[in-house]
Amino acid sequence: MKTAKQTFKHGIHPPENKEETNGLPIRQFSFAPLIILPLAQHIGAPSKLVIREGQEVVRGQILAESDGYLSVPLHAPVSGLVKKIAYVPTISGKMTTGIYLEPFPSSTQETLEGEAIDIDSASPEEILIGIQQAGIVGLGGAAFPTHAKLKIPDGKHCDTLIINGIECEPYLTTDHRVMLEQSDDIFLGIKYLMKATGAKRTIIGIEANKQDAADLLRERLPKNEAISVEVVPVKYPQGAEKMLITALLGKEVPSRGLPIDVNAVVVNVATTAEIGRLLPHGRGIQERVITITGPGVKKKGNYLIPIGTPLRYVLEQVGVDESVSEVYMGGPMMGVAVANLDISIVKGTSGIVVFNKEQIEQAPQVYPCIKCGACVDACPLSLNPSKLGILAKFESYEKMAEEYHLMDCFECGSCSYVCPSHIPLVQYFRLSKSIVRKRKVA
Amino acid sequence: MKKQTLHISTSPHLAQGTSVEVIMRNVVIALMPAALFSIYAFGWNAALVLITAVVSCLLTEHILCRLANKRSTVSDWSAIITGLLLGLTLPPIFPLWMTFLGGVFAIGMGKFLFGGLGYNVFNPALVGRAVLQGAFPVAITTWYASFSAERFTTLHSAVLAVPFMEPVIDGTSGATPLSAFKFDGITSEASDLALGLVSGSTGETSSVFILLGGLYLVWRNFMNWRIPVAILATVFVFSGILYWIDPIEYPSPLFMLFSGGLMLGAVFMATDMVASPITSWGVIIYGIIIGALVVIIRLWGGLPEGVMYAILLGNAISPHIDRLVRYRVYGTSLKTS
Repeated sequence: MKTAKQTFKHGIHPPENKEETNGLPIRQFSFAPLIILPLAQHIGAPSKLVIREGQEVVRGQILAESDGYLSVPLHAPVSGLVKKIAYVPTISGKMTTGIYLEPFPSSTQETLEGEAIDIDSASPEEILIGIQQAGIVGLGGAAFPTHAKLKIPDGKHCDTLIINGIECEPYLTTDHRVMLEQSDDIFLGIKYLMKATGAKRTIIGIEANKQDAADLLRERLPKNEAISVEVVPVKYPQGAEKMLITALLGKEVPSRGLPIDVNAVVVNVATTAEIGRLLPHGRGIQERVITITGPGVKKKGNYLIPIGTPLRYVLEQVGVDESVSEVYMGGPMMGVAVANLDISIVKGTSGIVVFNKEQIEQAPQVYPCIKCGACVDACPLSLNPSKLGILAKFESYEKMAEEYHLMDCFECGSCSYVCPSHIPLVQYFRLSKSIVRKRKVA
Repeated sequence: MKKQTLHISTSPHLAQGTSVEVIMRNVVIALMPAALFSIYAFGWNAALVLITAVVSCLLTEHILCRLANKRSTVSDWSAIITGLLLGLTLPPIFPLWMTFLGGVFAIGMGKFLFGGLGYNVFNPALVGRAVLQGAFPVAITTWYASFSAERFTTLHSAVLAVPFMEPVIDGTSGATPLSAFKFDGITSEASDLALGLVSGSTGETSSVFILLGGLYLVWRNFMNWRIPVAILATVFVFSGILYWIDPIEYPSPLFMLFSGGLMLGAVFMATDMVASPITSWGVIIYGIIIGALVVIIRLWGGLPEGVMYAILLGNAISPHIDRLVRYRVYGTSLKTS
């Protein structure tokens, strides 16, 4: 086997800005007076409603079940009354069907439990069903149903399970806190995951700026299990699956391929902890850890927030400056700017970053590409964003896809970050990719 | 919470903070040591040539933008670089009206016709210089001794020549080291060349000050160091081999390195981002080609100096280098071309 490279080619070093929240323990958030739950919180088919308007539900109860294989159920994050079922706003601007849930004033943290999945007796298939039943999706931000990711396709096998504790997005510290505070859940989660995938060994990948988490996990490593902790250099986007595999295994995932093509499966560390916490009790996911930070936030921190909590309520609780003018869900590199504070926290929300007026660049002037090559030396996939950008301007989408590997781009934003001409390269590529996809379908 | 206006933008929401303007401004700063030294060495003549070239480039750019109903792009500093580079390649006593014409061609033909900043195939300053070389072969090879006593007291008559009149050329002109070698077989001390104690074009004489500017740009990460290194290494090795074979027929590699426009060309002209390849391997190939062409033209061509043509040819093939030399895309086994 090739030796590990410890990092990938190219990449960038944006300011980390993690020190303000990485020392703050996870704190429980209170219930909002109204919880708003969109049914589409994950990639795949939206969950299918199983409750009616006016029904009283118990915390942990399934409100909507999975609609097909690529789908997960949605659990009640709090006991309360289903006020109405109607369209709810989402971050993309689209309205989707959702549930307005009014918590009972006496709501507690007590929760309904389903069928427990026992680590010793459950079969791999039962574990996958258990993960699906718990409503678990990738908590790193992608929100891809985890059971589908863990399903090893026929003819393939998984050697290595990689637990992604990189958290390369600036500002965010949720995975860092989860590793420091939930090590038992993580190790139990790894047990479930190894059994489900048949992996022979597990590597927990951590960036060097979280050395304390690496030390703690190493100290607590369960005996007699093939688990190791690897610390890799700080570089964005180290947390991307492909980049992490290259750093830890020294292999490249084939173009347009998946980690399983190099016999690996990558799971986010918070997702792993959630599996270890929920499966033994047959519970569903009801809340998640979110870093709320940025220069515009007064009470910065890492909070355990019920799914469906309206963003407006969250910001009121932590206090934001009057001049708040840009709010992102996710990190500042790949996160999405919020246009409507009435959207709610969903399973994929890993962070909320608030910038003041001072941090927001007034739309900088866009110059023509001067072929400086900064983007070429930043792209972790060694694509040529400069050429792709020019082709996008000429609307040569097919050429972009066929000759310049457009569809490999995972939109990390490194090219836009370094571009001295301020060309919104990654935005061009997002649009180009969606056009290529549409044309393929048509 | 009060009603607030939310700002919306697409990711990434952070930027490194460089801009085209910052890069261009720093190139101008990096050119200052060479420009100031040339004024020190050649006096007011050189100052006037440089100023005229810059003013001409700025005016041409501004007027052409206006004529094309575009926003004027003079504020991006790139026209100033073109002007300075053009001025630095000209003899210090080059007639000002010709200098002005050179600026018009550099920006008009070398840059604007191709679509402006970012689209030029050739280094615009060299396009301007090539036009002047074709149009005024005598004036552009009329040199002026450096450090002459009256350089800050009197202006050379040629500088203020009336347009379209043949300038009067008097006896103060001194041969450049390269033409002295080419036509008379005399080589100069490499140390004199490096410090700029010889005659030559306005800014081509002092390698030390040019390198200083180059080092500054490399330190600020605004220049691809591989280009000058590849060019200079090729010239040194290629001419070194020839010198080793026949030290009487061929000049020493150090003389080749520090004479003529090589240093200015390698550091400031071949490195034009727009007209050079984009990958690390691409720029090394580009540098080797330019370096080899410099030696070939200088030693076997009809001209004493070949840097300008070598770089222009390098510019011409640079898009082809980019098409052939690409990084291997992650997860693919073959270089796609």
